[in-house]
Amino acid sequence: MIRGLIGAIGLCVMATHALAAEPVEIGIGYLRHAGVKSTLSLVELPAENDGIAGARLAIEDNNTTGKFLNQHFTLDEVRLKDGDDPAQAAAALGDRVGLIVADLPADQLLKAADALRDRGTVLLNAGATDDRLREQDCRANIIHVAPTRSMLADALAQYLVWKQWRRWLLVAGSHDADKLYADALRRAATRFGAKIVQERTFEDTGGARRTDSGVTLIQRQMPVFTQQAPAYDVLVAADESEVFAAYLPYRTWDPRPVAGSAGLVPASWDAAQDQWGAVQLQNRFMKLNFRRMTALDMQAWTAVRMVGEAASRANTNDTRKLFDFIKGPNFSVAAFKGQRLTLRDWNLQLRQPILLVDGRMVVSVSPQEGFLHQVSELDTLGIDRPETKCKLQ
Amino acid sequence: MWQRCLLGFATLWIAAASPAWSYVAYVSNEKGNTVSIIDTEKWAVTNTIKVGQRPRGIEFTRDGKYVMVAVGDDDTIQLIDAKTEKVVDTLPSGPDPELFIQDAAGKILYVANENDNTVTVIDIEKRSRIGDIQVGVEPEGMALSPDGKTLINTSETTSMAHFIDTATRKIVANVLVDARPRFAEFKHDGSELWVSSEIGGTVSIVDPAKHAVTGKITFNIPGLRSEAIQAVGIGITKDDKTAFVALGPANRVAIVDATTHTVTKYLLVGQRVWHMAFTPDEKYLLVTNGISNDVSVIDVAAQKVIKTIQVGELPWGVTIAQP
Repeated sequence: MIRGLIGAIGLCVMATHALAAEPVEIGIGYLRHAGVKSTLSLVELPAENDGIAGARLAIEDNNTTGKFLNQHFTLDEVRLKDGDDPAQAAAALGDRVGLIVADLPADQLLKAADALRDRGTVLLNAGATDDRLREQDCRANIIHVAPTRSMLADALAQYLVWKQWRRWLLVAGSHDADKLYADALRRAATRFGAKIVQERTFEDTGGARRTDSGVTLIQRQMPVFTQQAPAYDVLVAADESEVFAAYLPYRTWDPRPVAGSAGLVPASWDAAQDQWGAVQLQNRFMKLNFRRMTALDMQAWTAVRMVGEAASRANTNDTRKLFDFIKGPNFSVAAFKGQRLTLRDWNLQLRQPILLVDGRMVVSVSPQEGFLHQVSELDTLGIDRPETKCKLQ
Repeated sequence: MWQRCLLGFATLWIAAASPAWSYVAYVSNEKGNTVSIIDTEKWAVTNTIKVGQRPRGIEFTRDGKYVMVAVGDDDTIQLIDAKTEKVVDTLPSGPDPELFIQDAAGKILYVANENDNTVTVIDIEKRSRIGDIQVGVEPEGMALSPDGKTLINTSETTSMAHFIDTATRKIVANVLVDARPRFAEFKHDGSELWVSSEIGGTVSIVDPAKHAVTGKITFNIPGLRSEAIQAVGIGITKDDKTAFVALGPANRVAIVDATTHTVTKYLLVGQRVWHMAFTPDEKYLLVTNGISNDVSVIDVAAQKVIKTIQVGELPWGVTIAQP
């Protein structure tokens, strides 16, 4: 009866009426991988609650809104252990909730998605940047909140080209993820008119990330590694595996800036982002978690807020209806990026501006001025509709 | 005594010397941590005052003696003496005050505090905090119904207009609007509440009696992508016939037929146009252009931009009173 009344009023909601009833419960799952990422820089070591801390804040934000709409949000957290089957874990979580924020590597995410496909559970990918998840391996039940490698690479390339740093020395790591990022950077160079003057591979030969006299050695290694390069403007590093890129700034043979995996880094978020009202979000995050907000925290926050936004606009806790609303033409979410974020309907990727950060400051935000697009300038970042290999099913 | 007499004489003399009404406009410069004072006859900045950190919301007190300016990063509202043009006192707002509104008598001030989801109620004369109201995430826009009975607060991340009973200070209704509502303004006859949404890029028309969105103003500027059109400041003429809406990074002010809710014209102004204020005679409308660091002057009747005035860094809010 009360729901009917609210429905009849449409977008308007009268809390005085709704408060009389029990709140509508909306459970959101959070499924995360077992591994812990190691970084070269001690200050960048991810916190134990990296990602999920953002989801928890978004649950609080959703509930502040929810109390006026008689909706209540909860987070159901599951962390895989080494050797756990992601499909089983996802299915078990899917018994309790209709929407799951996932921070899983690509293969595990696909297993989870396929296990959930027939029961209508929706995954929100907050962690994996792999383009193939949005292209040949796309799934109709995964919404991608994390940007892709190609979006990140394009965001960086636009800025470097705007800066007239068109000659790149590309240095890629030897792991698969590094190669994928290097692929995205190569594609970006071609798209935006940069020239890769030479490519080098930094082989990971093993060894510790932390030693007592590491700096002395690195100071000798990096200049040698980067010497005798053809004339270049900027060294672009692809090192997702955290093996060498952070060692490059200030140590290249030629005095050149570094970008990519170190130096000027493209990211969905940064602790230094303070534009477009972001200070409020940064403050709320700090108050709740006693640390600064990372890109993964922001991606998880955005995923949970997308569900909250759909729940308040569509006024429902029904998974199907929520999913339909998020995929529909009227959906957008505000995420402190200066403009509304919407979904690419062909592969369910969230469009978003990308920050370019140097570890202390936000240097710029892409898309850069002048990179035009007939639909949305945000679609100058990443693989666009005409090129997509995705067939949603 | 002699001094006051002299001052009084001087004021009289100035008034007599200027046949047209001349007003002073105070502009808060968010990044410059200053307030620029503009003489609306000369259309020139006559003084720049240093204020606290991140000045945004700015209003004259009803008696015209002070200008209140919210300095968010100092967690307070400063009072500028309109005569001496100096900061003379502060009001105890909550953390990070942004926008505020005073009642018709000029006694009570309602302040949106972005950081802790509250609206603070302040006794202006006693300079004391007399209450808090819990609202949604990131409260920002503030409006009072013409009868003074209903206070509106909009919360940015919650995307709602909260209707608050000023007598009980309790929320009586919440109306969902488009994303990141920034500003709220009643029509002078109280028949409609207008709420602008920055990220949504629309103005919602709310029926204040039914607490329901009854219409939406959308903006469509050829050659501009829709994400760049972000509705922020609103000004409605006293006859409730014409409204002006600042469109942020679209660098335009929309002129809206306030009866039919249709856009009749777009005026090109400076970059990132944010808030606005009419001169009391409603001949002119001043709008702040954040990124181009200037204020555009719009001739209301002619519907034309007639002047641009350089002010401080990142102008945000503007308030005007008679000298």
